[in-house]
Amino acid sequence: MENNSELNLEALQSQIEKLEKKVKKLENNRKDQLSMAIVSGDMDKILAAMIISLAAAAMDTKVKLFFSFWALSALRDPKKHPKGKDFISKMFGMMLPKGKDQLKLSNMNMVGMGPMMIKMLMKKKNVLSLGEMFQQAGELGIEITICEMSMDLMGFKKEEFIDYPHLRYAGAATFVADAGESSFQLFI
Amino acid sequence: MTTEELKNLKSNLVVDARGTACPGPLLAAKKAIADLESGEIMEILSADEGTKNDIPRWCEKVGHEYLGCFDEDSFSRLFLVKE
Repeated sequence: MENNSELNLEALQSQIEKLEKKVKKLENNRKDQLSMAIVSGDMDKILAAMIISLAAAAMDTKVKLFFSFWALSALRDPKKHPKGKDFISKMFGMMLPKGKDQLKLSNMNMVGMGPMMIKMLMKKKNVLSLGEMFQQAGELGIEITICEMSMDLMGFKKEEFIDYPHLRYAGAATFVADAGESSFQLFI
Repeated sequence: MTTEELKNLKSNLVVDARGTACPGPLLAAKKAIADLESGEIMEILSADEGTKNDIPRWCEKVGHEYLGCFDEDSFSRLFLVKE
């Protein structure tokens, strides 16, 4: 009889342990966190991504941005000139926008007239500039991850990206893992 | 709260965010509220129409008590109590 109850206790204990593990996993599944994959390098889309990110961060949601492909142009620092690029990388570097102030509009670009007009309007209507948005993002602890593979593919170097306080380099699995535990995910 | 009641409130802190559009007022409010104690009243001045919807949603999510707002000529005054 005594033996039996001891066995039951053990079974119960291991069951509780299993449940605890499961609860912990479930809790981690839906963190108050926003994961965004930003692939587009258009000014309007980067603007949208940053505005949503800032609003989320202001509402105490943890924000993790994954910058990939064309979006990497937005993170380039025009004052930095990395050395040691091969011919194709140099060509890419020259043809792609050097930083957030040189981005094109997805519509009505009109050889650069569009972005100029939007920037003028943004100033007039008191909308934060992209530069100010990145500044605020840094202060609010928004994390930016640069996709290492697309960085290599496009011939960018780590030395040419902006100085941002929460910048890291990683691959797709990092985004997938982050996105999996976030309560919402966006792709821009 | 009614507009009359709001007008008679004594705010502990007034945040003037009239110079910024969305999401500027929210960012200003989030920064400023750190300087308040729990139970104190914050007043936000905003010329951005969307803020009138955004601030209540922010309060709801973060836990502050939204009291209401009323319009002046070219802006609104929004009131809330820190959690």
